[in-house]
Amino acid sequence: MGTITTNDLRNGTKLILDGEPCTVVDNQFVRPGKGQAFSKTKVLYLLTGRTVEKTFKSGESIETADVIDTDMDYIYNDGEFWYFMDPNTFEQVQADANAVGDAKNYLIEQDKCQVTLWNGSPIGVTPPNFVILEVTDTDPGLRGDTSGGGSKPATMHTGAVVKVPLFVNIGDKLKVDTRNGEYVSRA
Amino acid sequence: MSNWKPTASIETMKARAKILARVREFFSERNILEVETPLLSRHSVTDRYMKSFEVKDFMRGEGFLQTSPEYAMKRLLAAGSGSIFQICKAFRQDEVGARHNPEFTMLEWYVEGFDHYQLMEQVFQLLNTLSHKPLKLSRLSYQDVFEQYLKINPFKVTVPQLAELSGDLLGDLPEDLESDDYLALLFEDQIEPKLGQANEVCFIYGYPASQAALAKLDPESPQTACRFEVYWRGVELANGFSELTCVAEQRRRFEMDNAWRKENGLPQMSIDEHFLTALEVGLPECAGVALGLDRLIMILLELSDLTEVAAFPADRA
Repeated sequence: MGTITTNDLRNGTKLILDGEPCTVVDNQFVRPGKGQAFSKTKVLYLLTGRTVEKTFKSGESIETADVIDTDMDYIYNDGEFWYFMDPNTFEQVQADANAVGDAKNYLIEQDKCQVTLWNGSPIGVTPPNFVILEVTDTDPGLRGDTSGGGSKPATMHTGAVVKVPLFVNIGDKLKVDTRNGEYVSRA
Repeated sequence: MSNWKPTASIETMKARAKILARVREFFSERNILEVETPLLSRHSVTDRYMKSFEVKDFMRGEGFLQTSPEYAMKRLLAAGSGSIFQICKAFRQDEVGARHNPEFTMLEWYVEGFDHYQLMEQVFQLLNTLSHKPLKLSRLSYQDVFEQYLKINPFKVTVPQLAELSGDLLGDLPEDLESDDYLALLFEDQIEPKLGQANEVCFIYGYPASQAALAKLDPESPQTACRFEVYWRGVELANGFSELTCVAEQRRRFEMDNAWRKENGLPQMSIDEHFLTALEVGLPECAGVALGLDRLIMILLELSDLTEVAAFPADRA
């Protein structure tokens, strides 16, 4: 991949630091005192998920990473890998548990997900913001209680555990926000 | 394209115009003469980390947009102008951020017979005149603030100690930084945001001699320079000196800068001989200060980004 200088840094710029792909989440130009200028950044290491404060000398060149976010259809899981397909080229990629992370709780076959590819291989998966999941296990529902007061845990068919209102029963289909794992409504 | 519109509101533009008028009044009351000097000149500064905009075909040669009006104003002082002030544009390459724009408005002034302590007092009077609320002045030495906020003496701390402390507080840093780089980064991150809160304006003085720029060294403690900076609401507003009047020392600093530039693969800057000749003829004893007017207006109007006080920042210019 190419290189850029600190002048090209923007939020979202993808870099290679310590051999690992990173994304810039904050970038500030400073010229303290009468001395040299710096770019103070916060970078998110995409493989490990850690965020690090990193300062570059102004004008320094930095290696960029071939990281792209692409919309793909989730197709299936074979017990070890999760498979995604590019709907335009029908090309498939396989993502391991590390790349899929918590998204595995929200993956439904045929759903469109955003897959982050580094040099063509998946390193992250973002499910749709809202998914419909079916309850496979929870305490029996309290008939007539639709007030929403109180909650209980419910296990979904994907394995996700969601806090739900007391009236929810096994077999109900629920709309869940994948960004915070919260119950939204009955589907 | 919605980018044709100004980023500052029309209300802000009106407030800005009023502030400029009050600044001019302040200097007129003190018999300090308003002057104008060229924005485009033959020479620029040798400062190690300053990048000037070069202009081709200026008077059959190369020219530069000024990074500050300092040399020209000192030529006026040497020619007998008496105390002077100027409101002008200054230009610095690659400086873009919430508090930087490559083109900005500078208020620079020089008072004959003042030292930097007297000038600090006058900067405070100006800010107090412009502020809606009465302000308090606080004065702290460079050494004081490092001792207070970081428990280190900036004149005694070693580079390995600085590297360790900076690593703990600031995360990953470039290698091969010098002592002044660490001090500047620590100051910017750990001290500056805490200086000059609410209605207090904070003056920092007693900078290390290695950061003297165009300031005299303090004859009583030559490890410090007669230089001050002004902080208000955590923003650096101004930088002032008891001005260096010794031509030999000035030439030596220019040549050291150029030697450093050569070593570090940067272009060497031609030395402004008009300026040095003026120093040779004699710069009257004086103190001078440069104040970022855009930043000051931003604070006075309680805004947080320079684009809110500029009609058209660089990306819309």
